[in-house]
Amino acid sequence: MNKIKSLDDLRRIKQDLAGGMNIREKSNSPESLVQIRVAMATCGIASGARNVMNTLIEKIEKDKIPAIVTQGGCMGYCYAEPTVEVKKPGEDPVVFSFVNEKVAIDILEKYVLKGELIDGILPVNYRTIEQK
Amino acid sequence: MSNYKMHILVCGGTGCRASQSHEIVEVFKAELKAHNLENDAQVVTTGCFGFCEKGPIVKIIPDNTFYTQVTPSDCTEIVLEHILKGRKVNRLLYEDPKTQSHVEDSKHMDFYKKQLRIALRNCGFIDPENIHEYIARDGYAALGKVLSEMTASSAIDEIKKSGLRGRGGGGFPTGLKWEIASKFKSDQKYVVCNADEGDPGAFMDRSILEGDPHSVIEAMAICGYCIGATKGLVYIRAEYPLAITRLKIAIEQARNFGLLGNDIMGSGFSFDIELRYGAGAFVCGEETALIHSMEGKRGEPTVKPPYPAEKGYLGKPTNVNNVETFASIPVIILKGSEWFASIGTERSKGTKVFALAGKINNVGLIEVPMGITLREIIYEIGGGIKDGKKFKAVQTGGPSGGCLTEKHLDTPIDYDNLTAAGSMMGSGGMIVMDEDDCMVSVAKFYLDFSVEESCGKCSPCRIGNKRLHEMLEKITSGKGTVEDLDYLQNLSKVIKDTALCGLGQTSPNPVLSTLEHFYEEYLIHVKERRCPAGRCKELRLYSINPDLCTGCTACTKACPVGAIEGEKRQPHIIHEEKCIRCGACYAKCKFTAINVQ
Ligand SMILES: Cc1cc2nc3c(=O)[nH]c(=O)nc-3n(C[C@H](O)[C@H](O)[C@H](O)COP(=O)(O)O)c2cc1C
Repeated sequence: MNKIKSLDDLRRIKQDLAGGMNIREKSNSPESLVQIRVAMATCGIASGARNVMNTLIEKIEKDKIPAIVTQGGCMGYCYAEPTVEVKKPGEDPVVFSFVNEKVAIDILEKYVLKGELIDGILPVNYRTIEQK
Repeated sequence: MSNYKMHILVCGGTGCRASQSHEIVEVFKAELKAHNLENDAQVVTTGCFGFCEKGPIVKIIPDNTFYTQVTPSDCTEIVLEHILKGRKVNRLLYEDPKTQSHVEDSKHMDFYKKQLRIALRNCGFIDPENIHEYIARDGYAALGKVLSEMTASSAIDEIKKSGLRGRGGGGFPTGLKWEIASKFKSDQKYVVCNADEGDPGAFMDRSILEGDPHSVIEAMAICGYCIGATKGLVYIRAEYPLAITRLKIAIEQARNFGLLGNDIMGSGFSFDIELRYGAGAFVCGEETALIHSMEGKRGEPTVKPPYPAEKGYLGKPTNVNNVETFASIPVIILKGSEWFASIGTERSKGTKVFALAGKINNVGLIEVPMGITLREIIYEIGGGIKDGKKFKAVQTGGPSGGCLTEKHLDTPIDYDNLTAAGSMMGSGGMIVMDEDDCMVSVAKFYLDFSVEESCGKCSPCRIGNKRLHEMLEKITSGKGTVEDLDYLQNLSKVIKDTALCGLGQTSPNPVLSTLEHFYEEYLIHVKERRCPAGRCKELRLYSINPDLCTGCTACTKACPVGAIEGEKRQPHIIHEEKCIRCGACYAKCKFTAINVQ
């Protein structure tokens, strides 16, 4: 191990290491973040939810988007899987259907960052993350 | 860079390890591997989550799912259900004692809602054996800042302004202590961390050292820079093996990173730390006794002054601070004294860690802002008294402290209020008592401890405490008189005024405070020869309920002194004057016909 030779050195190392802890830091204050939940029941996984989740996580890490991704159980939209629920702080959750890797990027770039709605939103008729 | 989607945090504190948490870690790793998930979820052994009542604890990140009393055989289900399919394993979730429903995540648990974690900021959050995780959370940044951007006196000023006071019991202002130590000139000075923690039932310091050893190491180095010391010593009791192991690992890692040793971060400042082991005597937590013990002498206190700041270890200026005091330092440097001083009350700033124990639902380790009330701690964080019983008192400050009662439930907790109420902050033990506890016996319990732990050097403590104990023994066995109560009071005051060190000066406190708050209970013991809580064995009154007694004669045969009489198949009676209160009849009766009072 190289010794840390200055405060700047330490800061650089911290920058490199912080990524691995990001998910824990974020979980400390989920209410102030965009909470994204990928339905990962059998139906979701079968239609590609795992890839969607990976895409979301990678993009969030790379672009430092203030969002946190968790997995959820079956939401009851098996016909529309993979589904992704997005809840911005203080807003009602929105559920996107038939999400693939491209849609996942759109969700982040358009809905999360710019607030634009995109196709494939399902009507909401169930309890939200917060109420649970 | 790792791209784990989930982290599985497993408590590796002493409590949870005792219930196989290290095995849980292994099973999780194997299960993740078996299901090709080892790149999705990372298993991390952390320090204590504080919720020891329900250990072993497993927390899933990012959803903060809080699993309690997990066994190695539960791990497969957690991996298959939660990690793979996102379905929480409901039966392992914490159940709220009030609503009896499962709580989805730790953010919604009453136990955590009112807590504010400063000294425990990394406990249950990082892997204490991995310096990377500490650095990722701004670890050693405070040391770096002090070394490269601050002078010793400006750093001391910052600590002074923060209002931090010693967490080891005395509550002396930390910044002032550092300033005094910095003023003495000497070729060598020492920084000592007091990790003796002899208070019965306390495990705050152990948990910090097990869960976040680097925070203490970093703070000791900061202290060294401030007072001009290059050597640090941690005095830790040998019966804390896990804390010792983790400290050693942390010190080694810090050395490898150049964060201990020569020329730290290119500043020219050098500092290193060694461990010294204690044999577990309470008096060795007293700073002068501690220093003697480290020198290889008998662990006996000496008169102050001279204070350690002037003449301490090997006769050199020495600054002694408690583990928790140190653990608060790096955050104060990074977030600023103003931030710290904004938490707490007028004269007690920041937070305090308490080890909550006794007749309370949520036993565990908590950190709360100063100024919180006892009611909030007991009924919200602690989840109320066990089995719906009635609250009676809480002992703070251990054998040096006193009890607080119902009338103190809404008093903001800080150093001064606790002292005014006849107790003290102490190091953070908090033992809750309910209606079934006898306060005379509680006082006797603590006296027992003080008699046992007295080093014997000064007579007030050696002989006086013994006499106090005998007197309490007399009262609890039904032989006390009203005059004895005055005697207790007077002797207590004499011991307080004349004992050599803090042990003797505070050991009568449990007697004085129970006398003050529960005088009536003492009176009943001596006047009516009765123990209202039914704790004092020799004061118990046994009687037979004639409606339930079938006259089976089992009790007659069990009674060793022939105190029970009665015809076969007729209700029996107990002759009180013959009864020796052994309880043999009570144990034998199949019809619950024997009453104990
Ligand atoms: C009998 C007795 C036992 C003590 N035990 C401890 C202890 O276990 N840990 C501790 O930090 N301080 C203990 N102290 C207080 C120390 O003497 C000293 O005040 C303290 O370590 C200073 O650190 P602080 O200013 O950070 O609190 C004890 C004092 C007495 C009189």
